[in-house]
Amino acid sequence: MTDEFVIVTQALSKSYGHSEAVRALDLSVGRGRITAFLGRNGAGKSTTIKMLLGMIRPTSGSGTVLGNVINDSKESVALRRRVAYVAEDKPLYGYMTVEQIVRFARSFYADWRIDSEKQLLRDCELPLRRKVKSLSKGMRTKLALLLAFARRPDLIILDEPSEGLDPVATEYLLQSLVARASEGSSVFFSSHQISEVERVADHVCILEKGALLMDASLDSLRESYRRIDLVFPALPAEREFRISGVQRIQTSGRQMSVFASNNADEVIERAHGLSVVSVNVTPIGLRDIFLETVKENERALV
Amino acid sequence: MALFFKLAPTSGQPLYLQLMQQIRHGAETGALLDGDQLPGIRTLAEELIVSPNTVAKAYSELEHEGLLELRQGSGAFICVKRRTQSLTDRVQASRRKLRDLIDQLREAGLLDEEIHRAFEAELTHPVLAVKKR
Repeated sequence: MTDEFVIVTQALSKSYGHSEAVRALDLSVGRGRITAFLGRNGAGKSTTIKMLLGMIRPTSGSGTVLGNVINDSKESVALRRRVAYVAEDKPLYGYMTVEQIVRFARSFYADWRIDSEKQLLRDCELPLRRKVKSLSKGMRTKLALLLAFARRPDLIILDEPSEGLDPVATEYLLQSLVARASEGSSVFFSSHQISEVERVADHVCILEKGALLMDASLDSLRESYRRIDLVFPALPAEREFRISGVQRIQTSGRQMSVFASNNADEVIERAHGLSVVSVNVTPIGLRDIFLETVKENERALV
Repeated sequence: MALFFKLAPTSGQPLYLQLMQQIRHGAETGALLDGDQLPGIRTLAEELIVSPNTVAKAYSELEHEGLLELRQGSGAFICVKRRTQSLTDRVQASRRKLRDLIDQLREAGLLDEEIHRAFEAELTHPVLAVKKR
């Protein structure tokens, strides 16, 4: 189990008073993969990540990161040595200069790589002598990421890493992330930037209102999600298309639009059986899959 | 690298398949010749900004097909045997067939838009189509 997965949680939950931030989360993050943790603001992504790192105590449930139990304080220290983590708000000591903080961080980790540090410092064009508190938001983010990427950890956990970065810096972030993954680090990063997730991730977990709505490989999503637009001489009953995988059907006049998470070929087969005039099949991007999944969840809750 | 791979994340096809097709296409058209070296997994992943697993999967599938030879430590090499070259002829032959078919469909009164849609609909699930045969 621990060989296959770098993160495993069982019914992990966190409540603040009456509000449930994370509900019975069963998460399994595969080793050697780039996994994106996608969700709206306030979906519970940061709370989950902080529980994984022992920074927040779960209300109930359990979990392991790299085989270490997350709510055991000793094991939590051990796991933090093997995990590089960049928090959402990128907290750094403001009174240190860039050079000082890099030296400071270097002293903590056995997996620090001086060649990567040099390369990253060059690429990021950070002003070495400037104090952290007077860095711009973008520079600060770059510095926080540098401190994680200069290591060779087993696992990298990033909370909204691209927040506040311009497109050029985002591109560099994704490239560095790919480089670390190539060297064998597993990556788990939260984001609400769908386009970056779609390019770089192997796997996506969608969190909504503290619950896991989807856990799938991007390849399987690409292969199976289809929108099928049909035109009939006379519109057949919707129930003809209520098969497994069909999430939503919309009709207008003689047209029918079917949103299918699976089984698109069966939908097309049935349409031909009902003398369809026109069939138009289009793949569905992650943005629409995300929106549709969140919407469907809301309909189910009502 | 002289080849320009272009992956479309929203195209509805797994990225490793897109990469495989583009390498295969390169070999069929002669843009890639026997013995040509492809970038290493890490280099190509960083260049395309995709997961290294995407490149690794494409390379290993192509090795399985015999179009690539992976040499440990030194990268991936194109290996175009006669069998693959005859694919060029097959592609040429199918092109003629396809043209004839399209001509017939046009004569039958179908508009190009409709022909396009019909092809796409029939191609939706290539894996299943193969199984049925």
